[in-house]
Amino acid sequence: MSVTGEVGTRADRVRAVTRAHEQRRGALIPVLHAVQHEFGRIAAEDLPVIADVLNLAIAEVHGVVTFYRDFRRAPAGRAIVRICGAEACQAVGATTLAGHARDRLGIGFGETTADGTVTLDEVFCLGNCALGPSVEVAGRVYGRVGPDRFDGLLGDLR
Amino acid sequence: MNVPTVNPARVFVPRDAAARSVGADEVAERIAAVAALAGREIELVRTGSRGMLWLEPLVEVATPGGRVGYGPVTPEAVDGLVAAGILDGADTGAPTSLGPVEDLPWMRRQQRLTFARVGVVDPRSADDHESYGGNAGLRAALDRSPDQVVEEVVTSGLRGRGGAGFPTGIKWRTVLGAQDELKFVCCNADEGDSGTFADRMLMEGDPFTLIEGMTIAAHAVGATEGAAVEGYVYIRSEYPDAIETMTAAIEAARARGWLGAGILGSALEFDLHVRVGAGAYICGEETSMLESLEGKRGTVRPKPPIPALAGLFGRPTVVNNVLSLAAVPWILANGGAAYARYGMGRSRGTSVFQLGGNIARGGIVETAFGITLRALVEDLGGGTGSGRPVRAIQVGGPLGSYLPVGQLDLPMDYEAFSEAGALLGHGGVVVFDDTVDMSLMARFAMRFCAEESCGKCTPCRVGAVRGVETIDRIRAGEEPTKNLLLLEDLCELMTDGSLCAMGGLTPMPVRSAVKHFAHDFGVTP
Repeated sequence: MSVTGEVGTRADRVRAVTRAHEQRRGALIPVLHAVQHEFGRIAAEDLPVIADVLNLAIAEVHGVVTFYRDFRRAPAGRAIVRICGAEACQAVGATTLAGHARDRLGIGFGETTADGTVTLDEVFCLGNCALGPSVEVAGRVYGRVGPDRFDGLLGDLR
Repeated sequence: MNVPTVNPARVFVPRDAAARSVGADEVAERIAAVAALAGREIELVRTGSRGMLWLEPLVEVATPGGRVGYGPVTPEAVDGLVAAGILDGADTGAPTSLGPVEDLPWMRRQQRLTFARVGVVDPRSADDHESYGGNAGLRAALDRSPDQVVEEVVTSGLRGRGGAGFPTGIKWRTVLGAQDELKFVCCNADEGDSGTFADRMLMEGDPFTLIEGMTIAAHAVGATEGAAVEGYVYIRSEYPDAIETMTAAIEAARARGWLGAGILGSALEFDLHVRVGAGAYICGEETSMLESLEGKRGTVRPKPPIPALAGLFGRPTVVNNVLSLAAVPWILANGGAAYARYGMGRSRGTSVFQLGGNIARGGIVETAFGITLRALVEDLGGGTGSGRPVRAIQVGGPLGSYLPVGQLDLPMDYEAFSEAGALLGHGGVVVFDDTVDMSLMARFAMRFCAEESCGKCTPCRVGAVRGVETIDRIRAGEEPTKNLLLLEDLCELMTDGSLCAMGGLTPMPVRSAVKHFAHDFGVTP
């Protein structure tokens, strides 16, 4: 969904997205979520625009973008697959599953497959600690994911 | 079989994220399709989860004798179950046919005050909230002065459920006493601890109760006595379902006049906004969360000043966990003294424990403080899911201690845990079987700290990295005795030299692993 109708330059669109939130208290994080939602990432060229609208230093915006794991500066694959690596999932085989996922996709955490299909990452807790190992695929959580179920979920993506 | 029929059949399938993770959506779709095919009219209600997560997807059907349950149900089994009469609540004779849900031993063992409506009501329905006793607490609060509300919460003995255990009423009293034209009520829903999911389940299963608790807090800190009060719920981005449900409930509450100006016809004005985190565990620490709400990097602030006096944007601010705020409506509706009758010692009321990890029956247990860890892990939880012996239990999240089976008789009580060198935290109980290598878990605690440290304090930021390296050397058999001494020294430094619990408590899991499971570190205890 696009609030800007995808017309105008990227800078114009980033400005419009930022303006839509600028009246909120402490607007920067909602703005960054909205920009990423719109463009899939937050590019270096977006920072001066956001900083200008919110009356912040570019360094402040940069500092926030780099602090939070959610904000990505590089584009992700078509689907983001995140494997829970927290203790409750480790207790039921998450470490084995993570190794299987890396082998299967041929990439490490934070990397994207060459065909651009999948970005693999690690997440610490999806709040599904009684039904682990838990995996998030394209924003949806799956429980009791062993290697076989993982392969099935991957198959659905391709 | 002669089963009285409810027509149209009322069928309940959870929309809770945990239930969805094992197929609840597919089950709900199949039930609707099969009923339509059979020409049977049904009302399908998507509830929260009862918290019996090993039974999910758990389907319930209304009967004149109460709701009966079936679970776990797979989408493939739906056709057969409908043919066997589950839309009329029939006993199918199969093990998945559970009978009246409220009579299950797991449910009967609990005292559900905060979670009374979770899994029962439609979380998107304001009507359900009212008809199941909602807003009784808010009405009772509005009949009292802010002082009286604060004293009721003080009387209840309610302590912060986020982990620190600070008395909620005392915090509110401080904010009420602070003179300012603008104050904030912030709900910390950045539930990042592994093994905890009660905040999520409450927000997904009964969001109106949290809204009600926050509204009571707004009244208690002076929203009717000249201060404008604004509310924020800071929810972690890993919880999209909770974000969606809370947002929908807030809109519904506004439409009903439960938020905004003139709440329930009173002089109270209060509005509430959802803010979404961005993948930083540290933002569950209250001052980091405030920084994040202000649009900044989530670095920890030194205290003092305490947030109650100078919190969000420098204003007097209540910061409470989801479960603390959600306990308040019951307290106001039934009285602080009634709440304080539950519990032991200085841990009053009920707590919502969460059983996870390698456990046969994982889920939510709300019960009075004082239940033993053994009762939770063995009686309710049924031991490990793998069927192997329990070896270690981590209580209180990634900053909590690993306990050996020798400590299973500890009562769930803030002070008893503290004396045992452990902490209750947010009530998460994570079980490990005998295949666990505790040196790896200690290493993970340090790695997690290194990943999630906000970077402000050197002992946390750098110490955690050195901790990983030192444990690696111990695991490789390099002078284990000497390196364990070094690790202990590092733990002491982190504990003493960090501003917040991230660096200050990461030594808890590390030290407890070394103390109770020394064999895993290649030394004889």
